[in-house]
Amino acid sequence: MSTHDSHAPAGNDIHDASTTYGSYIWGLGLAIILTLASFASVVFHWVWGPSEPILLGVLAIAQMGVHLVFFMHVHADDEGENTVLALGFGVFVVALVVFGSLIIMHNLSSIMPTMDQLMQMQR
Amino acid sequence: MSGAHHATVDAHGHAIPFSQRGPESIGSMISFGFWLFLLSDIVIFSSLFAAYAVLNGHTAGGPHGSQIFDLGGVFKETSCLLLSSFTCGLMLIAAERKQMTRFYGWLVVTWVLGAAFIGFEVTEFHEFVVKGYGPTHSAFLTAFFSLVGTHGCHVTSGLIWLLVMAAQVATLGMNPKVLRRLFCFSLFWHALDLVWIGVFTIVYLGAFHVHA
Repeated sequence: MSTHDSHAPAGNDIHDASTTYGSYIWGLGLAIILTLASFASVVFHWVWGPSEPILLGVLAIAQMGVHLVFFMHVHADDEGENTVLALGFGVFVVALVVFGSLIIMHNLSSIMPTMDQLMQMQR
Repeated sequence: MSGAHHATVDAHGHAIPFSQRGPESIGSMISFGFWLFLLSDIVIFSSLFAAYAVLNGHTAGGPHGSQIFDLGGVFKETSCLLLSSFTCGLMLIAAERKQMTRFYGWLVVTWVLGAAFIGFEVTEFHEFVVKGYGPTHSAFLTAFFSLVGTHGCHVTSGLIWLLVMAAQVATLGMNPKVLRRLFCFSLFWHALDLVWIGVFTIVYLGAFHVHA
């Protein structure tokens, strides 16, 4: 371990020098705006009902992006290449699990008889 | 997060293959490994989100989310966690610059905000259980308690981890090893706030949309 440590200057081997207060303040500002917008759109019914989930989804994904870039400092440059690749794979698995479950369970419930119908059949 | 300090070309100007550029710095290996752990943790959350989305309507004659959730309380929780994520970043900057007073100050603020979040959440859970809407009442409530409870357990372990880090800084000083651990903690803390964005959007705000 100590041989590896000697490679890198102790202070900056983890963090790039760009980590400053500015990044966190920008992140906080944008996150506050997006959070307030999410809550306000539900409380004050800003948009036509059926389109509300889309607005909430866009605001949530935007805020996740803000957290990744300004708080966790994930950047798609040379240095962050592996980080971004792993993140892409993570997003893929999450989408597969969530939307896959929803589609399968929706299909299942649309072709399965309801509990009442099952009770009728048993008689 | 990489080996910018490694030579990418040899003395003759030929590109050195990746496999021969030597080991990465320990810092970038640790942060990348921890990043992979966080992604696998988020995959666990995704299965709980999927269960919640599927079981959302299965209230078994009990209440739907919009009848029991208190948006004001959720907003307080969200504010605590977001501010705590921000002060965690300030704590990390202070640690890197070896500004010990500021470091301990932001550490305390981060811990207190995280503890306040857990306080609000425990109050909410307690209230539901007292009203008879515990996790055994319906499939919807089981999924709700599993998802939000798992997130709460993560935040609680984060609070314990933060205390351990405070003890390590106090006894070992701000050495490179401790700094790397603090960096991993900050990634963990930000990731929990990231998951919370999904929770308050899908679980809480989503519930009010369905019955609006």
